[in-house]
Amino acid sequence: MSQQYPALLVIVPLLSAFAISIAGWVNKRLCFPIIVTALSVVVYASIGLLLTVLEKGVVIYHLGGWPPPVGIAYYVDHLNGLVLVVVASVALLNVIAAKKSIEQEFPDKAGPFYTLYILMVTGLLGIVVTGDAFNLYVLLEIAALTGYGLLAMGEERAPLSTLNYLYMGTIGACFYLLGVGYLYIVTGSLNMVDIARLLPPLYQSRAVLAAFIICMVGVWLKMAFFPLHAWLPNAYTHATSAASSLIAPLVTKVMVYVMIRLILTIFTPEFVFATLALKNVVVWLAVIAIVMGAILALAERNLKRMLTFIIVAEVGYMVGGAWLGNRAGMTGAILHIANDALMTLCVFLVVGNIVYKVKGYAFENLQGLFRKMPFTMGAFVVGAMSIIGVPPTCGFFSKWYLILGALQAGHYGFMAALIFSSLVSVVLFFRIFEICYYEPFSDHHGHDHPPEPMDEAPLTMVVPLLIVAVILILVGLYTVDIVNHIIKFAIPEGLV
Amino acid sequence: METITSIKPLLAVLVSLLVTPMLVSSRNPNVREGWTFLAAFIKLAIVASMVPAILQGTEIVYTVAEVFPGVAIKFKVDAFGMLFALVSSTLWIVTTIYSIGYMRGLNEHSQTRYFCFFAIALSATIGVAFSANLLTLYLFYEMLSFATYPLVAHHQDQEARSSGRKYLLYIVGASIGLVLPAMMICYNLTGTLEFSKQGIFTGTEPHATMLVLLLMLVLGFAKAGIMPFHSWLPAAMVAPTPVSALLHAVAVVKVGAFSVLRVLTGVFGIDLLASLNLGTVICYIAAFTVITASLIALSQDGLKRRLAFSTIGQLSYIVLGVALLSPKGVIGGMTHIAMHAFGKITLFFCAGAIFVATGKKNISEMVGIGRRMPVTMVAFFIGSLSVIGLPPTGGFFSKWYLVQGTLQADQWPMLVVLLSSSLLNAAYFFPIVYKAFFCTQEEAMFEDRIEEAPLWCVVPLVITAAGSIALFFYPTLFLKLAELATR
Amino acid sequence: MNMAELIPALIAKYNYWIYITLMMIGLYAMIAKNNLVKKIVGMNIFQTAIILYYVSIGVKKGATIPISAGGHGAAHEAVHAADYLNPLPHVLMLTAIVVGVATLGVALALCLRIYNRYNTLEEDEILAQIRKK
Repeated sequence: MSQQYPALLVIVPLLSAFAISIAGWVNKRLCFPIIVTALSVVVYASIGLLLTVLEKGVVIYHLGGWPPPVGIAYYVDHLNGLVLVVVASVALLNVIAAKKSIEQEFPDKAGPFYTLYILMVTGLLGIVVTGDAFNLYVLLEIAALTGYGLLAMGEERAPLSTLNYLYMGTIGACFYLLGVGYLYIVTGSLNMVDIARLLPPLYQSRAVLAAFIICMVGVWLKMAFFPLHAWLPNAYTHATSAASSLIAPLVTKVMVYVMIRLILTIFTPEFVFATLALKNVVVWLAVIAIVMGAILALAERNLKRMLTFIIVAEVGYMVGGAWLGNRAGMTGAILHIANDALMTLCVFLVVGNIVYKVKGYAFENLQGLFRKMPFTMGAFVVGAMSIIGVPPTCGFFSKWYLILGALQAGHYGFMAALIFSSLVSVVLFFRIFEICYYEPFSDHHGHDHPPEPMDEAPLTMVVPLLIVAVILILVGLYTVDIVNHIIKFAIPEGLV
Repeated sequence: METITSIKPLLAVLVSLLVTPMLVSSRNPNVREGWTFLAAFIKLAIVASMVPAILQGTEIVYTVAEVFPGVAIKFKVDAFGMLFALVSSTLWIVTTIYSIGYMRGLNEHSQTRYFCFFAIALSATIGVAFSANLLTLYLFYEMLSFATYPLVAHHQDQEARSSGRKYLLYIVGASIGLVLPAMMICYNLTGTLEFSKQGIFTGTEPHATMLVLLLMLVLGFAKAGIMPFHSWLPAAMVAPTPVSALLHAVAVVKVGAFSVLRVLTGVFGIDLLASLNLGTVICYIAAFTVITASLIALSQDGLKRRLAFSTIGQLSYIVLGVALLSPKGVIGGMTHIAMHAFGKITLFFCAGAIFVATGKKNISEMVGIGRRMPVTMVAFFIGSLSVIGLPPTGGFFSKWYLVQGTLQADQWPMLVVLLSSSLLNAAYFFPIVYKAFFCTQEEAMFEDRIEEAPLWCVVPLVITAAGSIALFFYPTLFLKLAELATR
Repeated sequence: MNMAELIPALIAKYNYWIYITLMMIGLYAMIAKNNLVKKIVGMNIFQTAIILYYVSIGVKKGATIPISAGGHGAAHEAVHAADYLNPLPHVLMLTAIVVGVATLGVALALCLRIYNRYNTLEEDEILAQIRKK
């Protein structure tokens, strides 16, 4: 059975989508158990797969038994082994936490929602596990379309925001497809490893350069790399909490994974960093992304929107780190994929809890929350510390590697941008802490201030959140294990 | 230098963290306070149990987890760390007694939150004291910053909000903006962050880099109150007095000074600083702070604000002592951590007691208060003697070593600075005491009967005042620890 | 390369020019047009351009469409590959067309939702309504 894990990762969610869809018609209460079971199987398979990779090395699975380049191969190495576990766990934790939120906001559409949810997870897992460039496009679009469906289920402005996201997302995917087309013309193959084998004699050709740039732009569009980010704040803010806490942590990170896969596996680091002279330019673009993300976040008076701009800045971290061209920076970028997914999940689950109780996420709604929802806010503090970059949370450790990479590459601008972003995050989050802590104002030392009763979100929403907060600290403390056992092998030896 | 591995340092740090859930879940305030005392006594016991080994010259280490190649979250108990840890854990007990009196005397709100974050802050303080490398120190330093924020902002009114902001802005801004990049550059250059006598550098790095790194690290630890990063300290006086006592004597500013000293002695090393002639820069920065702070203190009417500026000056004494790079100076600086702690905490306890008993905050309103609260004001007098550096208080010894340190280092300007600032200290302390006791019948603002603050407030300040005097007669423990640290 | 050699070279690659032109038309429509449905049409043109491009690269001189000659149940002997166009791009593009259709469906469904809500499909009018809130 364990040899079938790569296929199970995609087939189990796909088939359960049908089951959930039918269950949604028959009896809505069945949907939740089915989806939790399916996602648990996926988590189990992904962990098993990662352990197999750690033990035996790269796992290659031929779908249908057809060998590449004829057939589609699933290719699992240390890099996507790690990302698979992250995607699966985030999806599972989120669906447990989202149950109450769905019941509150759109109970009659629970069936379709869960169906789209698990189809989106299928798409994301497929993107990560596949070893075929065109197959990646297909799964990219599966994830995208289901994403549009999920995001559009929200409040009033959701359909328009989603439509704008649809335009940008489709252009991005089409660019990627075009790039793959160029690669197919010059190599005749669609299998990632095969292309990497065939490309080196062609590095000087303009077609390969065009392929790389077009693929990159497409992927940057889909990960909201500044200035191609305009679709993200609206699309994520207006969606429902359950949808945004799945999509926000995962979609942009999976796109970053695709970018790293392009850099490390398909167009090897020799081409990307040595032959092309783009390294510096891209890192400066990343610097701008980080700074603009931070500044735009400052301007927001709305918790959820502020967090979406923080996502834009975090994408800047990862793109910059990957393009520094050294081992430390790439380690930081890969580590940050995992860390950022967890941090973003933490803060978006907090927003979900707040929306469930207070029915709003503007700053005015956040008064007195430290008393009313201490556990949620406690987890929020941990998530905020991670985004700021305070040890021992995981955010500090990926920032460490990114800064180290910047120092080794002599790119002080990137280091300054990272420090600047930490400082701005302190302001961003303490603004919110102040509102939750001080307001509503009491007079005279708060002596005659009756303590507000605790009105915490339900247990199914709080427990996953607390688990994520604890994981943030544990992942931080175990960074060295993750780096030495997994990430070290994900990066080709040539990269120093 | 022998090294033993023992889990005691970790336990000392964890004791107050682990007691926090007990504090939160206590139904009865007395039970809650009981837990705090229990944790405080256990912490002191664990710390004290390591003293004999340290006095013999051994070091106790414990590695929690390696987080980066060459850097771990690691504890190392050496003489200097032990000095600081002893001061903090002893004074925590006294501060808890005082807190009970103060908070109950004023019927303050959110006392559970107060005691919880107090415990966490102490955990972080001991963590800083026992840190083996710059990363661990940074971790606990940040933990302390965030744990003390709810304490500084305890009153939750507008004033608390703006002071809290200033507090964070200076302390967290400096640590993330200056210490973090400097630490990373150090790691990038050398691959390690462990504190050691020779420092972590090889001496081949460019002079300019060393100077910049030194400035970034010294100024970045803004809790040390070195100008221009000092403004948070007077602003933080809006907190309840036991918090101010914690800030000034037990934890926060001492953590700042301790961190700066660790940078000077453990990251750079006295010898490297001497060979690169970098000590003088720090001397002048510290000297500037000493004089300026003392001058500003003269102009302050608010008692706590005057004490705040006095602390800013005294902290720079500590930094100055070590920056002299002479053995006597280093001993003086390190001992001053202990002596100043006892003296200052007495002064703050007195200020708080005055507030509880009479509601007065300004010095101009305290004429003749000596008749009303004689015990308190005598203790105040003793505390001020210690801070000024006069016998029969412990402060005399640290000042004595500092003066000798300037002579040993041939830094005559610094000697002048030390002596003149001692005069300034006297100038802003003695009038308070004089006006309290010796004034005419018309000037006196209080009736002629004795009415002290509650016993819970008065007993601690008597204890610490007595401690200041005791340190004059029995200074050996701290002197020996400081001397071991310089060897 | 002088002009005499350039022009035939350019004309020979006419498939590239067609697809680039179509892409630009599609992008222009998506960006410049106000009506949401026109934007969707532009998106479709954009996607079609890429599909056409892929199909065009499989073309070979003198080759026929990639269906075995002799039809159903005939030849069991090997196929002479050089006589047939490359079938792989066609197959890939089938997938891409399906994806395009699905995207079109989702986009139109969103347009329907938007129309029900704002009673117009002109973007400037919708933004004006939102701003008025």
